[in-house]
Amino acid sequence: MMKILISVILLIIMVVQTYAESASASQNKDPPLVVSTCKNTPHYRLCLAVLRRSPRSAKADVWELALIAVGAVKTEAERAMDAIKKVRKGGEGKEVAAALKQCEEVYDAVLEGDVQEAEEGLKLGDPKFAENGMADAVVEADSCEGGFAGVGKSPLSRVNSAVHDIAEVARAIIRNLL
Amino acid sequence: MATHSPPYDLEGAMSYSPIPAGPHRTSSAAEPHRPKKLLARILFSSFLLLSLVLLVVNQRPAKLDIVETTPSTSVNDFSPARPLTEPPSRGVSMGASEKVFRRVSGGELTFSWSNVMLSWQRTAYHFQPEKNWMNDPNGPLFHKGWYHLFYQYNQESAVWGNITWGHAVSRDLIHWLHLPYAMVPDQWYDVNGVWTGSATILPDGRIMMLYTGDTHDVVQVQCLAYPADLSDPLLLKWVKYQNNPVMVPPPGIGHKDFRDPTTAWLSPDGDKWRITIGSKINTTGISLVYETADFFKYELLDGYLHEVPGTGMWECIDFYPISLTESNGLDTSANGQGIKHVMKVSLDDDKNDYYALGTYDPVKNKWTPDDPELDVGIGLRYDYGKYYASKTFYDQNKKRRILWGWIRETDAEALDILKGWASVQSIPRTVVFDQKTGSNILQWPVEEVESLRSDSLEFNAKLEPGSVVPIEVDSGSQLDIVASFELDKETFEVTTEADIGYDCPTSGGAVNRGMLGPFGIVVLADENLLELTPIYFYIAKGPHGKVETHFCADELRSSVAPDVDKIVYGSKVPVLDGENLTIRSLVDHSIVESFAQGGRRVITSRIYPTTAIGGAARVFLFNNATRASVNASIKIWKMSSANIRPFPLDQL
Repeated sequence: MMKILISVILLIIMVVQTYAESASASQNKDPPLVVSTCKNTPHYRLCLAVLRRSPRSAKADVWELALIAVGAVKTEAERAMDAIKKVRKGGEGKEVAAALKQCEEVYDAVLEGDVQEAEEGLKLGDPKFAENGMADAVVEADSCEGGFAGVGKSPLSRVNSAVHDIAEVARAIIRNLL
Repeated sequence: MATHSPPYDLEGAMSYSPIPAGPHRTSSAAEPHRPKKLLARILFSSFLLLSLVLLVVNQRPAKLDIVETTPSTSVNDFSPARPLTEPPSRGVSMGASEKVFRRVSGGELTFSWSNVMLSWQRTAYHFQPEKNWMNDPNGPLFHKGWYHLFYQYNQESAVWGNITWGHAVSRDLIHWLHLPYAMVPDQWYDVNGVWTGSATILPDGRIMMLYTGDTHDVVQVQCLAYPADLSDPLLLKWVKYQNNPVMVPPPGIGHKDFRDPTTAWLSPDGDKWRITIGSKINTTGISLVYETADFFKYELLDGYLHEVPGTGMWECIDFYPISLTESNGLDTSANGQGIKHVMKVSLDDDKNDYYALGTYDPVKNKWTPDDPELDVGIGLRYDYGKYYASKTFYDQNKKRRILWGWIRETDAEALDILKGWASVQSIPRTVVFDQKTGSNILQWPVEEVESLRSDSLEFNAKLEPGSVVPIEVDSGSQLDIVASFELDKETFEVTTEADIGYDCPTSGGAVNRGMLGPFGIVVLADENLLELTPIYFYIAKGPHGKVETHFCADELRSSVAPDVDKIVYGSKVPVLDGENLTIRSLVDHSIVESFAQGGRRVITSRIYPTTAIGGAARVFLFNNATRASVNASIKIWKMSSANIRPFPLDQL
């Protein structure tokens, strides 16, 4: 009787293990560099998701992985700009309008300044400027979000949060190059 | 029952495994039925359990639409190779926990910058171009009556990129006149950037400028340029050597780890020149040495001039002799009795400039630090504030060793883009050996800056514990302040309790009171002290009566704006018996350079107040200690503008 119980439990464990492995393996096996690089960022899962999006990550070195992450920040910042335009049409109050304007300036800086500088720094081989750019992007996203404090619910929380976190990931990846 | 287990396979896992027939029990009649029912129950619950487990495991990870992610709940099981917010601890408590980047203070983040506030930030007597981005100072030199400064510049925007060499000249290192670009990225070997370099003036007067070019396939190489016309005091036109590049990354050195060649010094035989270039192998910072007879052909010497593990990439190496006995500077080739060599690196990793004193053996091509515990990269810094990519040159005009440093902005980049410019250069500093301590250099603003002094006032006071004394200065944005503090002897003797563990960056600034500190000056403050920047000393009496003096610049309340850095910079400063505590502070709008004990420690701060600007900026003396009374004397000069503007070339 005991032996049956044990056998069944062992069977369950085996099944679960195999399934779990195949579940993650079914996510096109991550290259070891991607896994180890992402482990050194504050948002492991997010990092994996970001890098997996690009087919280049399969054969990428750390410079290239960093560029992919910076590209993801750029995508989110562009989304933020779109979101700002959409939200604007709503006939909002003066304070909310001011906060939105600030966000527009902020994301302009993220695209024209931070992302630009980060891509240059990585492509040209002076990574500290790339780190600066991504660190600033974090601050800029916070600055946009903070503009709504005491004014109303921020319509941009999700995208601000995304920019914040992906920029932190990008920065962490870049630090490996210094 | 049989003891062997049936083979496991995915398909067979869920199927029923019949119990091999065993010996028939002969006891009670009810019993033969129970094992089957129990087994069925076990299998059924196992099935349920398995299904439950599979359901959980089978959760797909975060969707590809990243906006949906709530990242703050994501798995956070990382072990950082390099910590993000705290740079790796470097030697003695030297600003080790400085946050490298801007923080946004919590709470009320709704704030708007006005044009008045932003335009106030431009400096009056520090070098900066009329607009756009600047970084490293390059190739400083003196030629035919003019001091020259070149610098990394972006013609197109207020962020780094598209780097050219800006150029300016001055008679006195203070009044600068802008000239046209010296070099632009117009060759295949520097099309991606005409990066940092240094000048060597040969005994016959020729000037050799070595600089890093970033090639069209993004390889870092070293290139030679020289003036088109040496008789031109303004050195307007430069020629790039037709056979550039003259050095390419050697085997084993990364294509992106090879930049910033130094000024050359003579080899021991006097027939060749040597330069050093920083790089890294894994995380060990290294200095490669090349030798050349003509500046065209170079030979890489064996070994490294020096290396320090764990410091990462060495940028902007500087290597120069310093006299132990004289107060003048030395030509870069000097060596011999009574001379030590300073080795300095800019660490890519934590964005600070480190230096160490040591001995250079030119025969072995090795430099050895006087104190390996304070080796370059882990010991002393030139400046405990915002200061990077610094470079010295020998000023043969006045026989001085002069130091330039790049001071970047510490506000959000969005503001740099708004205001249309970013970065200034420090006021040039003389560098001499500190003969009193024997273990550091002294930096001091060049005396020519004193030509900007106009009206002055003096004031003396005894500052009781907890006092704040306003100084009658009506416009506090352009000042040269010299302050001296002496602790009341009695309180000093009486205070016996130990006060250990003080460190400027973690101190919380001037609000936190100790028995013997903090006390000092307050600059860029409004009259209500809503915005203020204390520059202060904090004396900590350690166990066994050992005294430590800390010198700090506190930006925590420097501005109500949320999107600027607010850090307490600083470090310990050696104070010898009988010395008063002295501060010299050059205030120039958004930059404050503060020197303690005659330049033993220096802190450069970038300050961005919103109300403590223009006519509203004030100066105070303060003593926030709980026990000590402090005798303070202060002299303040107003500083005129250096009127930095384009050179009137049309009048030549």
